[in-house]
Amino acid sequence: MHTKSLRELSSDLHAKKISSVELTQHYLDRINKFDKDLNSFITVTPEHALNLAKKADELIKQNKAGVLTGIPMAQKDIFCTQDIKTTCGSKMLDNFIAPYNATVVEKCNQAGLVMLGKTNMDEFAMGASNETSFYGPVKNPWDLSCVPGGSSGGSAAAIAAGLTPIATGTDTGGSIRQPAAMCNLTGLKPTYGCVSRYGMIAFASSLDQGGPMGRSAEDVALFLNVLAGFDEKDSTSVEREKEDYTKNLNNPINKLKIGLPKEYFTADLNKDIHAALDEAIKIYKKLGAEFIEISLPNSPLAIPVYYTVAPAECSSNLSRFDGVRYGHRCKNPKDLLDLYKRSRDEGFGAEVKRRILTGTYVLSAGYYDAYYLKAQRIRHLIRDDFTKAFEKVDIILGATAPTTAFPIGSKINDPVSMYLADIYTSAVNLAGLPGMSIPVGFQHKLPIGMQLIGPHFSEAKLLNTAHVFQQATDFHTKTPGGF
Amino acid sequence: MSVTKDDIHHIAHLARLNLDETRVPEYTQNLNNLLELVSQMEKINTENIEPMAHPLDGQQQRFRDDKITEQNQRDRFQKIAPEIVEGLYIVPQVIE
Amino acid sequence: MALDNWETVIGLEVHVQLLTKSKLFSGAPIAYGAEPNTQACAIDLGMPGVLPVLNQEAVKMAAKLGVSINATVNTRCVFARKNYFYPDLPKGYQISQYDLPIVSNGHLDIVLESGEIKRIGVTRAHLEEDAGKSLHEAMPNASGIDLNRAGTPLLEIVSEPDMRSAKEAVAYLKSLHALVKYLEICDGNLQEGSFRCDANVSVRKKGAEKYGTRAELKNINSFRFVEKAINLEVERQIGILENGGTIKQETRLYDSDKNETRSMRSKEDANDYRYFPDPDLLPVMITSEFIADIKNNLPELPDQKRERFKKSYAISDYEAVILSSSKEMADYYEATTKLADPKLSANWIIGELSAYLNKHSLDIAESPITPALLSGLLNRISDNTVSNNIAKKVFEKIWETKKTADEIIESEGLKQVSDSGEIIKVIEEIMKNNPSQLAEYRSGKDKLFGFFVGQVMKAMGGKANPAQLNELLKKHLA
Repeated sequence: MHTKSLRELSSDLHAKKISSVELTQHYLDRINKFDKDLNSFITVTPEHALNLAKKADELIKQNKAGVLTGIPMAQKDIFCTQDIKTTCGSKMLDNFIAPYNATVVEKCNQAGLVMLGKTNMDEFAMGASNETSFYGPVKNPWDLSCVPGGSSGGSAAAIAAGLTPIATGTDTGGSIRQPAAMCNLTGLKPTYGCVSRYGMIAFASSLDQGGPMGRSAEDVALFLNVLAGFDEKDSTSVEREKEDYTKNLNNPINKLKIGLPKEYFTADLNKDIHAALDEAIKIYKKLGAEFIEISLPNSPLAIPVYYTVAPAECSSNLSRFDGVRYGHRCKNPKDLLDLYKRSRDEGFGAEVKRRILTGTYVLSAGYYDAYYLKAQRIRHLIRDDFTKAFEKVDIILGATAPTTAFPIGSKINDPVSMYLADIYTSAVNLAGLPGMSIPVGFQHKLPIGMQLIGPHFSEAKLLNTAHVFQQATDFHTKTPGGF
Repeated sequence: MSVTKDDIHHIAHLARLNLDETRVPEYTQNLNNLLELVSQMEKINTENIEPMAHPLDGQQQRFRDDKITEQNQRDRFQKIAPEIVEGLYIVPQVIE
Repeated sequence: MALDNWETVIGLEVHVQLLTKSKLFSGAPIAYGAEPNTQACAIDLGMPGVLPVLNQEAVKMAAKLGVSINATVNTRCVFARKNYFYPDLPKGYQISQYDLPIVSNGHLDIVLESGEIKRIGVTRAHLEEDAGKSLHEAMPNASGIDLNRAGTPLLEIVSEPDMRSAKEAVAYLKSLHALVKYLEICDGNLQEGSFRCDANVSVRKKGAEKYGTRAELKNINSFRFVEKAINLEVERQIGILENGGTIKQETRLYDSDKNETRSMRSKEDANDYRYFPDPDLLPVMITSEFIADIKNNLPELPDQKRERFKKSYAISDYEAVILSSSKEMADYYEATTKLADPKLSANWIIGELSAYLNKHSLDIAESPITPALLSGLLNRISDNTVSNNIAKKVFEKIWETKKTADEIIESEGLKQVSDSGEIIKVIEEIMKNNPSQLAEYRSGKDKLFGFFVGQVMKAMGGKANPAQLNELLKKHLA
């Protein structure tokens, strides 16, 4: 049951082979059984889920159901859910019951999706291993001693272990794609402005984008149909015609031009990952795609730029957590300054504090030009590199992450080495492009992800490219043992 | 450029963070490591390059009509507040 | 203190609360005096994940001001975050504008006491959101935070340091106040904080080129206090400088109860605001059509009104300046001119009516005598029903009773006597009773003419038509 695709689940529901309540219960049971080991959920909401499932069954009975009505899913705990705890993986929000729904949550509700609970994540989405969560690290279902990637590590682990068919993620520098790669999933970070950020707790506003995670490009396309769309509550949401992302999934790709950036295929690239990508390229060539070597000369700067811009924005975005109106407040503050400083010290974990300090520094008097402004100028150059590349090619292909899943604890004390996990992904956020990760093989039983990057609003093309590949391969159908 | 412990104290104050004194050397080292990583930016010539604050070009701010769309939800908002007296958020005395 | 050796330099920052229905970035209402925190929505409270969307009306209002001070309304402006922690600032940053404001490089002409016109530069005007309020009365050692005001649209209008005295500063403020009310972008209510002023004050030796170090005076909420606060600050600074001290750049609070300015400690360490473009908001692009639309719908401005008054109503410069000094004044005047003689209307509004309003501390909009009531009286002067002097008595009665001039003239029997026979009767009576004065007059003491006018008027209760009385008296005394 839990390995079925969304299409299969949908037709079972519509054919009344199974009810949404039964399906939901099935997943809730699995969460009960397996999540003690995985720690992929922060909050499980069985009652809420079964209520939604009942409503979904009613709609199915009345023939008023949509494609995804009655299908269980999980929300990353960064999306505000009305009357349900929303923690963002932080002690700061351990007591935070949001008084409103994020637009993404509203859209899922409208589509009849059944939320099973809220998934674990790096604190405020700051991390690449899910180890910075106040609620403890998430384990990778492929190897419980390894991280699932981050920051959407809970969503990734939950899908990989079959605790939910799909889940939302958010991606600021790679947080959907990198955990998708490490857990053998398909994850899409949409074009900036494609999915509403309203009610999604901000990390770095000009980089954050919510998106779908699932087992296949088709599942992700179906899910993106729900998530995407203009929202008047988000000034950065782009007003454009609604797309059906499943429409072009099966288009032939025999005229597709795929770019291989030479900066992504250097001697530094892990040999096994390189080999897996070479295999994938062969498959694409067989499918008729043409490969062109391209250059993204400024891509080595993506990490420095990203780790300047993202902390700058985060330092300001996280100022609202001050212990006054909601969230953690220290006991017996002796004065106002003490209230602020102690509440924030107690409420935030080490990585969040590091980023706030960095961001405050790069924006402060005397350093703004050398860091923040310089980074935003180089960001322009990085974006221009992509623009030029997309004059020659339709899609860019490369690795999603420099390594497969690494052991829990191996990088957490060396922040800079952890930051390098975003080396192939963060440029995409800086340029606001859509990018996705799909499974392309394994390195010692640990999944390898391949990244596909397209021009702005080329999600349908990316999904088509991924789907055609998945029709020709079976990497994405592999699941970890023991679940 | 390299930051000192004093710099960390100053930034921490600006950011209203109390830092555990024993961890200040670590935070100082972290920031210096990051700044070293980031220092690669210095080599890039960015003359005449506009800073890019938003990832999408040509987008402009949308306007909202001047309409009241929000109702009073004080009770709901204040249910999650640490301290309320007569509808006011309470903090230690503000000295002006 | 040798005040004469020093020159005062003043620049003003005025925060104008814009008259929108909803907030700058949220759909929460704006109303003064509501129950605490009942007008603050999730966006105003800085809840996690919520996002700002810009109110079009606020942009229009800012552009309106820009156009009417001959400034550049920038085709592209950007919102920036000003980062600092304060309990009345829910997000830990204020959304404001920094290096790319909506309005730059304008000017405002002010009329000095001498009647001379001085041009004051307006450096910029930018949109920003207001903060909430900290209330200190609620509990001992604690403050209560009311965020109703948080997110209210403000237009901060920053002048050049072009003013050289507290009086000029007040004149500038009054002109700006009149302008924003003319434009209907602000209710101008100083008590409620809709029009707030911070003054940057410095002094320098006369003839010096460099500006002195300035202090920023905050919290001045009346025109009278502006003058007082600036003068106090100027004296303080000159006192320090003459004693060999130096001025510290700081923020000072004016305390109207104690009539002193004092340093604000709370603002001391908050000056690294780490401005950067707000990533939640995109650049605001203002098209030439948008500006053209605003220009086409602009109301008549004070300067234009002044010129038109002079031309259409044949009134003096002085009268035109006063009558166009506020929208309410101008509206009152124009309403009156529709019903009565414009020149006479000007006289009475500037004279009698203003004196009464001053005495009762009323604004012209609150005048118990409406333009209709006033014009009713003025028309009785024009048609000689009452004399100017009697009219003043009638005016007082109208003020007290709100009855029409005709009703009062009728019930009090104040109608002017223009019947020659009746006047002659009284003249003859007075001549009979004052033989010695009559003889003196006739022997050449012309001054006594006034005496006879007075006597007749007195006998007739002031109701004699003055021109007619003069004529008849001359004939009879001769």
